[in-house]
Amino acid sequence: MWKWLHPYAKPEKTYSLTGKMLPWFAVLSVIALTVGTIWGFVFAPADYQQGDSFRIIYLHVPAASLSMGAYLSMAIAAFIGMVWQLKMADMAVAAIAPIGAVFTAIALFTGAVWGKPMWGAWWVWDARLTSELIQLFLYLGVIAIYGAFSDKLLAGRAAGILALVGAINLPIIHYSVEWWNTLHQKATISKLDKPSMDSDMLWPLLINLLGFGLLFGTLTLMRFRNELIIRESHRPWVKKLFIGEK
Amino acid sequence: MFAVFLQVIRRELVTAFRRKSDILNPLWFFIIVITLFPLGIGPEPNLLLRIAPGVIWVAALLSALLSMERLFRDDFLDGSLEQLMLTTTPLGVIVTAKVTAHWLLTGLPILLVSPLLAVFLSLDANTYMATFITLLLGTPVLSFVGAIGVALTVGLRKGGVLLSLLILPLFIPVLIFATSAIDAASFGVSYSGPVAILGAMLAASVTFSPFAIAASLRVSLS
Amino acid sequence: MQFDSFSAFLAMGGYGFYVWLAVAFSVISLGGLTVATILRRRTIITEIKNKYNRIERMRAAEKMENTL
Repeated sequence: MWKWLHPYAKPEKTYSLTGKMLPWFAVLSVIALTVGTIWGFVFAPADYQQGDSFRIIYLHVPAASLSMGAYLSMAIAAFIGMVWQLKMADMAVAAIAPIGAVFTAIALFTGAVWGKPMWGAWWVWDARLTSELIQLFLYLGVIAIYGAFSDKLLAGRAAGILALVGAINLPIIHYSVEWWNTLHQKATISKLDKPSMDSDMLWPLLINLLGFGLLFGTLTLMRFRNELIIRESHRPWVKKLFIGEK
Repeated sequence: MFAVFLQVIRRELVTAFRRKSDILNPLWFFIIVITLFPLGIGPEPNLLLRIAPGVIWVAALLSALLSMERLFRDDFLDGSLEQLMLTTTPLGVIVTAKVTAHWLLTGLPILLVSPLLAVFLSLDANTYMATFITLLLGTPVLSFVGAIGVALTVGLRKGGVLLSLLILPLFIPVLIFATSAIDAASFGVSYSGPVAILGAMLAASVTFSPFAIAASLRVSLS
Repeated sequence: MQFDSFSAFLAMGGYGFYVWLAVAFSVISLGGLTVATILRRRTIITEIKNKYNRIERMRAAEKMENTL
């Protein structure tokens, strides 16, 4: 059943597949982000209580969601790399970490900037903000440990172990608003209930969520391809690709 | 297998007692940090009671960070770590023994010295009890979880700086629940909730971290 | 169109500073990451080309050595 996946164990095949996927992800992410951002910033109605400052949501929520999604993908890749001993899965871990770190930083920064006019404080040490900050440190740790080993094979394994150990933080962030009395508000979108947000405001949010997701895909594909050609630079297919037949 | 477990602990304790400074330095650091805070902030008992949980636990964390390095470093340098990894006993058992010995040499002294803290920071009996319980449950978690970071960096030259970046995010939950327990106790409120969570963290880390530590050692020593 | 004029759009109902600060950080960090990734790719490709050129030159030099 998984036979169609087998050719992609060769880095060469994966490189060409990701090369074909990349333009789609890139173009679609730009379209989605443009539509979602412009709709949210220009056309969505202002919030009754928060006024126009609520528009930060169109950057904050997608960045925060994807920061957790990125960590989950990184942890899954780490798990696959560890169990099936796949080098390329470890390369994916290294590729995703900086992207997740940037998304987490954006979530923290936009959240702080939104919180200042709304709550009166740039930062509070409530459960969600603190656990998101911990996630930033975890990402930085993964990046640091991957860089610390000169043998990238070992580096990938070490980074994978750290990524997996840190995955415990994900349910903490996600459920922090349920388990603790936090300043951060509870979820407005859930799988089973009707969303508690007006649809005029919700649609641009969903589109931007998709856009950030596609952006994550684009950046991951780009960084993964970079990692792939660095690690496999001694192979004939890489030589053929960039220098041609000799 | 249990015999090997005990033997490794015995070996750790014997070698540690040859270099007593390895044990006394982190302990002394712990005491000094806690002493400096009243001196720096002022001796007013109410203020001290308010900051006590945080100060104690931050000092314990930093002291743990200081003492972590010795867990694998010396054995790595003279090759005995590799030998331990080549024995027939599962590596998980050996690392559990090493970390237990480490706790006996670092966490236990902190526990024994803690009555001193009660005096320095004017803790009342209830708050001190909470402090003792959180230290009892929390310091082993620090040892087990910290050992993962040490195992990942033992082969690196500049491992020490990286170690703190790796371990601190994992230490923070322990800090949060421990200080919330001590805080609750200082207000006379029941603190069984955070203590239960600390207990859960202890159970989870003792159960799962030996696997992570063993995997990390295999990466570092390959 | 929720805003009457462009300056109203920039003002964001009084919250302009915060909103545009958030936008600027997001755009700069994501843009920076993208640019860094693209530049890294170019550097890698250049390094690969240099490496193979060097190998070629060394091989050619070896060949010459045996003929002199």
